[in-house]
Amino acid sequence: MTAATTQQPPVSRDPMVPRPFRVVASHLDTDDTVTLSLEPMGSDPLVFAPGQFTMLHAFGVGEVPISICGDPTRPDPLMHTIRDVGNVTHALVSAEVGAVVGVRGPYGTGWRPGDGVGGDLLMVAGGIGLAPLRPALLEVASRRDEYDRVVLLYGARSPADILFEDDLRRWADECRIEVAVTVDYAPPEWDGRVGPVTTLVGRAGFDPPRTLALVCGPEIMMTLTANALLGRGVAPHRMRLSMERNMKCGAGLCGHCQLREFFLCVDGPVLPYSQLAPLLDVREL
Amino acid sequence: MRSITELLHDSPFFAGLPDPVLEQLAGCARTARFAEGQMLFSAGQPANDFYLVRHGRVAIELHNPSRGTITLDTVHDGDVVGWSWLVPPYLWTFDARAAADTSAVEFDGACLRGKCDADPALGYALMRRVSHVMYERLQAARVQMLDMYGAPM
Repeated sequence: MTAATTQQPPVSRDPMVPRPFRVVASHLDTDDTVTLSLEPMGSDPLVFAPGQFTMLHAFGVGEVPISICGDPTRPDPLMHTIRDVGNVTHALVSAEVGAVVGVRGPYGTGWRPGDGVGGDLLMVAGGIGLAPLRPALLEVASRRDEYDRVVLLYGARSPADILFEDDLRRWADECRIEVAVTVDYAPPEWDGRVGPVTTLVGRAGFDPPRTLALVCGPEIMMTLTANALLGRGVAPHRMRLSMERNMKCGAGLCGHCQLREFFLCVDGPVLPYSQLAPLLDVREL
Repeated sequence: MRSITELLHDSPFFAGLPDPVLEQLAGCARTARFAEGQMLFSAGQPANDFYLVRHGRVAIELHNPSRGTITLDTVHDGDVVGWSWLVPPYLWTFDARAAADTSAVEFDGACLRGKCDADPALGYALMRRVSHVMYERLQAARVQMLDMYGAPM
């Protein structure tokens, strides 16, 4: 396996050519998940909207789509939380401070949490799905007074898999965000909730007709969450899901990420449930 | 001090039941407190009770010799715990441990069964509620079985 390089490749104006970014920090979040902080080399910081993703390039290994997890008001450093699940992600999580990786993007649609201003905002995250929601949470926290109730429901596999624990505490303690965390499995010493994140929806404090819901996680988790939200009375067009497919070009050209009429790299990844609902039950898609 | 009928009246589980029915149910109930760590019931023991958690947290646990004790579910304020009093041979299948200091309403399962047998309308109303919660717990257990956040295959 080729490790990330430390040498600076030339900066290209071609949007299909990765821009070089240097790793300035690497934080081990869990035993298989790392957050990389990246600084641009010879170019401007990458301005992004919450929910967008980049194509991250490990030179000599390959390229993968990764959602940006940093603060949209402070795009430098650029932050990505990456789970080690394959060759490319393994090279990325193994990148040490000083290494150079490539970045294309940002791509795709965002969460647009501002559409919930004046009402309640509900965010439901499963597993590493908290990372794509983090920029939205940071944006909302900085404009907290513009919303009524802000609720984050987060489900992780086990207590050891919980991401951004400091953020969760800060959002709850300092930002008036109602945070509920649950895990699917736990040892007896865990003093929190056990059960799937969908079980939190029924009792969460939000007013369904005035709620904008942002949901991110494995597709089955999002489907079940959408069902639970429908049961609470949230309108389908007020639920937004972040879809994951095989993003490749990022520019709507190659078709690898096609979900029937959508190219998710440009039409998504964030789409309203009202558009996704007819597609989620089609196995061939 | 509030009566048990009043406690049941405020519970989402018993919502919609008329007061005379709640009074019937309250005749089978008493209040109970469990210190953190105390067992509500243990697997294999006779299942005589059914609990409405007023405040606190109860962990439903399974002991697996190869993996130790695993918490499968937690129940919280307003939730109910325990179905085995309904189904022969009336033995608990899991452990329930107070994961925090917990106050509850404890029902005598045999008493409840007797009242349900004597009054099918009461039995139906209670079973509808129990079956709804059982459905939700079954759904939750199935979702947990998916291991949604596990490593991709």
